[in-house]
Amino acid sequence: MSLAVRTTGLRKVFGDRAVLDGVDLEVRRGEFLALLGASGTGKTTLLRILAGLDAATGGSVLVPPVRTVVFQEPRLVPSKRALANVIIGQGRAARAKGLAALAEVGLSGHADAWPATLSGGEAQRVALARALVREPELLLLDEPFAALDALTRLHMQDLIAELCARHRPAVVLVTHDVEEAILLADRIAVLREGRFVTDLTVRLDRPRDRTDQDFVELRRRLLADLGVDTHAGAAP
Amino acid sequence: MSTTVEGLVAPNPPRTAGRPPALTFALRIIGPVLLLAAWYAATSSGALTKDVLAGPQDVIATFGELWADGQLPEALRVSVTRAGLGLVLGASTGLLLGVVSGFTRLGEELVDSSMQALRAIPFLALTSLFIVWFGIEEASKILLIGVACTFPMYVNVSSGVRNVDRKVVEAARSFGLGHLAIAREVVLPGALPSIFAGLRLSTTLSVIALIAAEEINVTAGLGYLMARATDYLRTDILALCVLLYAVIGLLADLALRLAERFTMPWRKAVTLR
Repeated sequence: MSLAVRTTGLRKVFGDRAVLDGVDLEVRRGEFLALLGASGTGKTTLLRILAGLDAATGGSVLVPPVRTVVFQEPRLVPSKRALANVIIGQGRAARAKGLAALAEVGLSGHADAWPATLSGGEAQRVALARALVREPELLLLDEPFAALDALTRLHMQDLIAELCARHRPAVVLVTHDVEEAILLADRIAVLREGRFVTDLTVRLDRPRDRTDQDFVELRRRLLADLGVDTHAGAAP
Repeated sequence: MSTTVEGLVAPNPPRTAGRPPALTFALRIIGPVLLLAAWYAATSSGALTKDVLAGPQDVIATFGELWADGQLPEALRVSVTRAGLGLVLGASTGLLLGVVSGFTRLGEELVDSSMQALRAIPFLALTSLFIVWFGIEEASKILLIGVACTFPMYVNVSSGVRNVDRKVVEAARSFGLGHLAIAREVVLPGALPSIFAGLRLSTTLSVIALIAAEEINVTAGLGYLMARATDYLRTDILALCVLLYAVIGLLADLALRLAERFTMPWRKAVTLR
């Protein structure tokens, strides 16, 4: 199967600390990969290198030409209305596509809204529409739900699952939320001290049920990989 | 290198690594050096004769001469004092009014319309009136410079204060800070970038206003030196004075940029991630 991402021996050094220390990663086209790791383990660094926002210190990176990012914050241009933000840089000809993308994220009524008038979840959905309208071969999600409230986060997770199933881009999701990773991903990799300590395929049927025994078991295993001690029955 | 995969490319991240400081310095110095060289070439080749513009070497010689006989230090002292006092006067007025107008609704309603109307008056037009009102001594000159410096400061500060994050102000209020404390702890630091922008514009304007103020009835200062040089067609002194005005402006600007760096340490900490 053809690849959407290939990194070999990827290194990133800040000062004298190697945040990424020889990362080899392959993501197939259409595959949904979740990157887990505690803070400061280089998840976001890896994503920013894949996006082409930062340069690697060493190693090689190959990615598709069309990649889009949804950041932790919406990062909308405050002086442009929602639709203009979605099609920014695409020209007026992209209006119809932009409206369709807004409809997909459930915001057709907000095309003319200013970003400042949108709620956190709405703004993040506009950011998602902006990423999808470019029909990316690689969609990079950098903790896109971290700043949202718990209920909105659940809705957004469903929305992402649905849209990714429909458009089938390769997805790299950076998160520190183990449940979110298990809910959404085909494959989960855990970063620790600059390398992958785990790389496993999630073999649970969709839609996935958090209370399912296999789900709970997988969650416990991943938390252990992340260095969190859980005993049976402990709250997440 | 690595194997290639069909349809995949290497990303092209922006270069963030800074240039070595020596190269940056060299790049910055190129323009001024070229200008000086052109000036030198034009005067020494005879394309510009001495009665039109003296060459850089003559200007340097004149500088040494006037500095040694004490005329230049005295003129500089007088002129820089005028500009400095006027700047302090104008900038503090502008700062105060700008904060009042930017921070409180009542302040804006009271202050802003009259400031905007006064701003439309070219300060050069006030020169003669100020002599009638304040005499031909120092007071009229310093006040004229002060008036000129007030407005850029006012416009920048009031808009800077207005742009301070309302949410942070609200948070500070919820922790029991009063108006004055909020202005001091939150609003002024938040508006510092605009305050410096206003200060830099005001500084430039203070030198311009200084020249206007020294056009009339001076017995000391750079303007006096220039007036006498005009009588004797001394283009070397004229060029020297013009350069000195520029140097005063440049030094003031440099000082402000350094101050900007030291008073806003939090700005350097910004990283994209």
